[in-house]
Amino acid sequence: MIDHLTPLADWLVILPVVLCLLGAAVLLMLRGTVRAQRWVGLGVILAVLLCDVLLFNRVMDVGPLSMTMGKWLPPFGISFTADMLGVGFALAGALATLCVVLYLQSDTPEPAVRDGVYPLILLLLAGVSGAFLTGDLFNLYVWFEVMLIASFGLMVLAGHPLQLDAAVKYGVLNFVATTLFLMALGLLYGLVGTLNMADIIGAAARADAAPLTAIAALFALAFGMKAAVFPVNAWLPASYHAPPPGISALMGGLLTKVGVYALLRTLVMLLPVARESLAPVLLAIAMATAILGPLSAIGETNLRRSIGFLLIGGIGLMLLSVSTVEPFAVAGSVAYGIHAILTITALYMIAGLIERATGQTDTRNMRGLYAANSTLSLLFLILILAVSGVPPFLGFWPKLLMLQGFMSDTQWLPLFTVLLNALLTLVACTRLWSHIFWRGTAEKASVPFRALAATWLLTAIVFALGLAPSIVVETARTAAKGLLDPELYIAAVGLAP
Amino acid sequence: MEPVIALLVGLFTAVAAYLMLSRALVRVLLGIVVLGNAVNLLIFVAGRLKGPSPPIVPAGQTSPVGYVANPLPQALILTAIVIGFAMFAFLIVLAFRAYQEMDADDTDHMRLAEPDGEPRPPLEY
Repeated sequence: MIDHLTPLADWLVILPVVLCLLGAAVLLMLRGTVRAQRWVGLGVILAVLLCDVLLFNRVMDVGPLSMTMGKWLPPFGISFTADMLGVGFALAGALATLCVVLYLQSDTPEPAVRDGVYPLILLLLAGVSGAFLTGDLFNLYVWFEVMLIASFGLMVLAGHPLQLDAAVKYGVLNFVATTLFLMALGLLYGLVGTLNMADIIGAAARADAAPLTAIAALFALAFGMKAAVFPVNAWLPASYHAPPPGISALMGGLLTKVGVYALLRTLVMLLPVARESLAPVLLAIAMATAILGPLSAIGETNLRRSIGFLLIGGIGLMLLSVSTVEPFAVAGSVAYGIHAILTITALYMIAGLIERATGQTDTRNMRGLYAANSTLSLLFLILILAVSGVPPFLGFWPKLLMLQGFMSDTQWLPLFTVLLNALLTLVACTRLWSHIFWRGTAEKASVPFRALAATWLLTAIVFALGLAPSIVVETARTAAKGLLDPELYIAAVGLAP
Repeated sequence: MEPVIALLVGLFTAVAAYLMLSRALVRVLLGIVVLGNAVNLLIFVAGRLKGPSPPIVPAGQTSPVGYVANPLPQALILTAIVIGFAMFAFLIVLAFRAYQEMDADDTDHMRLAEPDGEPRPPLEY
């Protein structure tokens, strides 16, 4: 038993999750009143964001924080452990969710609010924050399922046949992925006898490498499915364009990044020896994902589906450093994750506005929006430059870190993959730009003000972070250091290294 | 005892894989149930099947005496069963609604989200 209580300041570690779960319960009780739901939901997300900012500051100052539940000693109780990787992602996720909720204020019909879109969003954020902050592998599985059931609800909310079709594919494949994760988890427990992440690091180093490699491969498959890595990515372009744009933005921004986070956590930090044996396979699938994503985006005409393919390309980039572990490259992946959470969310939001302004979902039928609504064209331009990594926009800095890492390690294959991905993404983006904005003419089109303001807000954040990237880069470098040398993490949980 | 259960897990997984490869949604769902049970058994056997006595700490002691059953896998499986059941309930309702809306149980005929035979993307602007 632990005798001392966790200091009150360290309760920050669980506050984001607690606030989301409580908020969701309160909103369920308020489900009859539409106005109250909107404001309470917004308030809860602001509070979560505040907690994440405070937590981020504390982790920046004193290193990883940990809290073990129920007065159990660390390897036995369930620990919540916040290190730079988890907190950075959780903060970016809460920021993106805040913008999405602002966006939904004007974009959501009343029946959707009555059916519980806000409680579901809070549950989704609870799942995402929990996954980023937990220090226990089985607990990670539970948060994955919380996230999954919330996203099921959001996916089918209006009950349109298109959404049902998308949800069937999304639901079945994601549920199989989490079941595979549970299988890998069970096997790992059988082999090393512990589920606490800090404890697994030491136990895995002493365990037999052959079965450990098989378990690592199973983890890679399960999280690869969640992260939409080629060749198990078919569910993403089949489903992310079906729900309303705000909901796609939330899912596109947050969910796949949790898969990448889990890959970084398990393969790079927990099972480094097994990861080394898998490195060639991981490199091949990362390269295929990074190149096929933007190539498919070039060939796609549905706006939100092609953004989905751009998202997949970014997942491939982040996976490159799981195959080639080099401090700068891992930092690049983490920075790319933060960038992707913000930029992809904003891209889906602007896609929703474009669909609203043109009344079309297919870029073949869109034209002349440049003259009809120049604000949209400006926002879209900033975001496509950010996503393809043109300096000084946000996407450039993570790619620079990756290039620096691969260059110093003379890893030419991943290096050229990064460059080719940037080029293909730029081609796909300019194609979208020309189709939607440049050809033909259209009549003046207006969009709802609050949704536009929310998109402006998120785009301004992306733009500002691009001009002053040091906070993202520093977060990423600290996170990478913590991943590659987890001594501080283990000490924070309270175990001997 | 462990090898027998391990073989059973393998059998369950094989059956699940066979069912999930089907195009009929109902079979896929049955495959998911069988896979869930395979995983539950796997966690159970991963905690080792040792000793028949319940994991109770005698009065005045700090740890149980002799070989006792491992309580952790049971807690894990209980959680996994509850979650799996909820997910499965959702998927069944979803499959039924999809059947009502699209009049199809065959996933080959569910093409609303990804339409078949789309014209090629334009080659010029």
